Amino acid sequence: MRRRRTGARREADRDPDFARKVARTPGGEKLFECIQCGTCSGVCPVSEYMDYTPRQIIGLVRQGFRREVLSSRTIWLCASCYACAAHCPAGIKITDLMYALKRMAIAAGLFPARFPTPVLAQEFYKMVKSKGRSTESWLMMWRFLRTQPLDLVKMTPLGMRLFLSGRIGPGTERIERRGDLKSISDRLER
Amino acid sequence: MAERVGVFVCHCGSNIAGTVDIEAVVRHAKGLAGVVVAQEFKYMCSDTGQGMIKKAIKDSGLTRVVVAACSPTLHEPTFRRACGDAGMNAFLFQMANIREQCSWVTEDRGEATAKAKRIVTAAVRRVVNHEPLQIKEAPVTPAVMVVGGGITGIEAALRVADSGKKVYLVEKEPTLGGMMARFDKTFPTLDCAACILTPKMTEVKDHPNIELMTYCEVKEVSGYVGNFKVKVLEKPRYVIQGKCNNCGECAKVCPVVARDEFDCGLSTRRAIHIPFAQAVPSLYVLDPKSCLGLDPVRCTRCYDACEAKAIDYEMQPRTVELAVGAIILATGYELFDCSRVSEQYGYGRFPDVYTSLEFERLCHASGPTGGKIVRADGREPESIAILHCIGSRDEKHNDYCSRVCCMYSLKFAHLVKEKTQAKVTNFYIDMRAFGKGYEEFYRRCLHEGMDLVRGKGAEVTDVAESEGEAGKLVVRCEDTLLGGVRRIPADMVILSAGLSPRKETHELARAFGISRSRDGFFMERHPKLAPVATASDGIYVAGACQGPKDIPDCVAQGAAAAASAISLIDAGRIKLEPIAAEIDEKVCCGCRMCAALCPYNAIEFDPVKKKSRINEALCKGCGTCVAACPSGAARQKGFTDLQILSEIEGVLCVNL
Amino acid sequence: MEYIYYPGCSLKGSDKPYEESFLAVFRKLEIPVRELEDWNCCGATLFAGVNEKMALGMAARNFALMGTSPADLIVPCSACYLTLNKAKKRLAEDETIRGEVLKALGEAGYKGELWKGRIRHPLDVLVNDYGLPAIEKRLTRRLRGLRAAPYYGCEIVRPMCLFDDADDPKSMDRLLETLGASVVEWSLKTKCCGAIVAASIEEVGLRLNGTILREAKRKGAGAVVTLCPLCHFNLESMQDKISRELGEDVRLPVLYFTQALGLALGLSDAELGLRRSLSPQLVLR
Repeated sequence: MRRRRTGARREADRDPDFARKVARTPGGEKLFECIQCGTCSGVCPVSEYMDYTPRQIIGLVRQGFRREVLSSRTIWLCASCYACAAHCPAGIKITDLMYALKRMAIAAGLFPARFPTPVLAQEFYKMVKSKGRSTESWLMMWRFLRTQPLDLVKMTPLGMRLFLSGRIGPGTERIERRGDLKSISDRLER
Repeated sequence: MAERVGVFVCHCGSNIAGTVDIEAVVRHAKGLAGVVVAQEFKYMCSDTGQGMIKKAIKDSGLTRVVVAACSPTLHEPTFRRACGDAGMNAFLFQMANIREQCSWVTEDRGEATAKAKRIVTAAVRRVVNHEPLQIKEAPVTPAVMVVGGGITGIEAALRVADSGKKVYLVEKEPTLGGMMARFDKTFPTLDCAACILTPKMTEVKDHPNIELMTYCEVKEVSGYVGNFKVKVLEKPRYVIQGKCNNCGECAKVCPVVARDEFDCGLSTRRAIHIPFAQAVPSLYVLDPKSCLGLDPVRCTRCYDACEAKAIDYEMQPRTVELAVGAIILATGYELFDCSRVSEQYGYGRFPDVYTSLEFERLCHASGPTGGKIVRADGREPESIAILHCIGSRDEKHNDYCSRVCCMYSLKFAHLVKEKTQAKVTNFYIDMRAFGKGYEEFYRRCLHEGMDLVRGKGAEVTDVAESEGEAGKLVVRCEDTLLGGVRRIPADMVILSAGLSPRKETHELARAFGISRSRDGFFMERHPKLAPVATASDGIYVAGACQGPKDIPDCVAQGAAAAASAISLIDAGRIKLEPIAAEIDEKVCCGCRMCAALCPYNAIEFDPVKKKSRINEALCKGCGTCVAACPSGAARQKGFTDLQILSEIEGVLCVNL
Repeated sequence: MEYIYYPGCSLKGSDKPYEESFLAVFRKLEIPVRELEDWNCCGATLFAGVNEKMALGMAARNFALMGTSPADLIVPCSACYLTLNKAKKRLAEDETIRGEVLKALGEAGYKGELWKGRIRHPLDVLVNDYGLPAIEKRLTRRLRGLRAAPYYGCEIVRPMCLFDDADDPKSMDRLLETLGASVVEWSLKTKCCGAIVAASIEEVGLRLNGTILREAKRKGAGAVVTLCPLCHFNLESMQDKISRELGEDVRLPVLYFTQALGLALGLSDAELGLRRSLSPQLVLR
């Protein structure tokens, strides 16, 4: 899953305001206190699948390599377990920082293609915003169809077991007052 | 008679002049009531600058002087002296701080200049209300108390004693030696700690000028620089010094087995014991907490076994009063408590996770394993992991770098290589080898075949994910040089714990009337220029009680504190700041509120006149009584209401 | 006093057995619980990765539905529990964002201040409100012979731990001991199962859950006991595949703590949703 980048990083690739912008978002407050010890990567359960370790992401953010950060898989691999934040000796809320970077990536349209999580996140967002609740079975199907249609076949036995035990059904969950949500999102998304 | 004020404005190079328009301040000063001279100079504290002041006093008949420059902590004494040399009373001088309080903290030139004008005006308004004060002198008791019998305290005591002064060396443990006595080898030269320490311990014991007070604690300190009174509590050893001949028969028959603190609990001792073979004094001690109750009905085995009749169950604690002129605190540090990171690093959960101090004992020839590096089950380890920065550089624990861990960790790795066949890996964030010969030692270690992984050990787990990890501990970390996560199995893990302030630092600071810095260690008077002095005159700090230090730095500070104490005592007399409180008998209503609040016990009560009175020798001029006095009878010399109010007016009412 | 119950999407979907056992146990213990009417998604982790303000708006609508109720809100799903607690803290502390969110809610017809009550996990309620001695009195059988590996996962202890020790949580251990089970001491009780990443990237899910299941087995556990729907799903759904890949049988019953408690209260497998389990059935002696 790790990709190797080649070629020198050039000064022209740096966004001089990126680090300060990240430092201003919730979670980024202590960005500049990082001592690059690697504790975050060491306690992270999924760091070995990342293209950059969390420490490297912080290093890249501080140096302003915005594009490289926002199109990394790392930010989408974070499982929100908060182990990094709990152990970071500099008190950096790395999990929250990852959320901030995810939002920036989506806003900039910069994320790795054919990589499921950002797609899933956006499908989730759309579904929940309109229905008020999520229905996992539909969500999963959508995600596979969009990114790796062949994998759907692999998932089928599990889906069948869930269906047979009555844990998923064909219906979708929704709330009554969906119009209220629309009104709330119209305001807050602006 | 109208006062004739001189104002002298300092550029302090560009420190002040870079932000403040000096000329404008001088022009402004010239227009102030009473000012007859206003001058500027690049460095007012220089000889030339002081010469200007002296000349102006004589030529213009100045009766008051204001210097607008840096903080009074730095140069108030300089300028007071200059005024005094020119025949003026030194206290008719006032310092206006336009550097720390103005140019350094204001960015805008206009604002900084305006503020400087206000500060100068305030000083001028104040100084015309100053009164001449007289410096008093007091004799100095030619004795020094050193608190703490580790390497720092030993060095300080020996240096003072060699100069012919009396030294009381107070140590709370039953023996001298402190932390260093527990170490095996010392970096970077690898001399054996005991070989270089024990001769010094013996020297202390044999020195005619040193009174060694082990198993003693300071309970109370009163008095002032040159004349401290200290109450020291001597805990009962239940073994009579002078009778005990260190034969050890008592420990052989003692039925109680207790945790040996000296070995960090890695071995056991008896209730009656000697901390270690070379302990000074060479004397047994009976620990009342583990003894069967000091009760001859229950057990008298040690008593019966002692041919010298040195055991006394009836021994009582004893308070000793000391009179000393100076005090040196060398109370040391304690190791960061690794049980606080038990979840992350497994200390206390996995038997083969050790603290660095425990590992020192494991390496030590007279330690629990006789110097053999073995696992908890006695097997020799095939691999050892050493994790740097445990509890240090971490905002959850200690923010600071503990300075010594990198080097002692390298020393451990070297000892492992020397004593075993084990593979050894150091996990570090930054390798700090700052001292003389340290980088060379680091390089030597690099050749010895140890693995160095740059990246903080992130966790220690017992969960094996592969064959090679089965039955071992696994350290997970990011190798920050290679940029990826690594899992490294180890049979033993050593946590290179940082140096923390001792738990009792807080009480000690209060008892001695000194402050602590944010990290909890004792605070020095100036981090660079007065590293062993404190804000309390006559009280010095040395060694790791002031901050993490290695042995060379501790010894250097011990000697530095000794030199400071010696010069204080050799002066014979000390000058007392005249800024003390006084009580106007005519106004005092005898309510005694002041006496209750005075932190220095400097207020006496005259039962006949029913009035309070200040003992000027004891008064530190803190002003507590002045603020508290309901009738306004208490008054602070140098800080009278008139002086302070006119200063405030000066700040507020300037028309700029 | 009555508690208000916030199910969250999972408990209405593939994690139905958690809801079934939770409600059955509370009914049996006569702790009154009422479902929050027309609740919506908490604005969970994935949602917050897209739009933070809207995520806070989602959480805040649920708070608005609580109105001025003094009741505690019970949230069994760890992700919802953390998301709602975090959102509430953020809204309480950040005046600007609170203003914006409350204004948007107001215009959609939800007037009023930020709801002031507490968001609780059912484990917290059972152990600290109802109390273990009271639970013990209601037991009809003991789970003797069950060696349970309590698995707390992440989001109930990190980054805010509201009712236990973040490094070494003990609430579930104490509950299981009260039920007569013995508790396995192991290092993985607050380690991550991979959460949503495990569910979407197979390799991650297999390794993390394989490690957890294998370690539980090695420490002699007869079951893993969970309190989070996502952990539960990850642990139960990949057992066959993990066993095949590792060449080692890691199959193990995975129970919700409410199911374990229900069994000791004498409730049936069907009442506790145990028949819907994807992991092996728990066999008690």
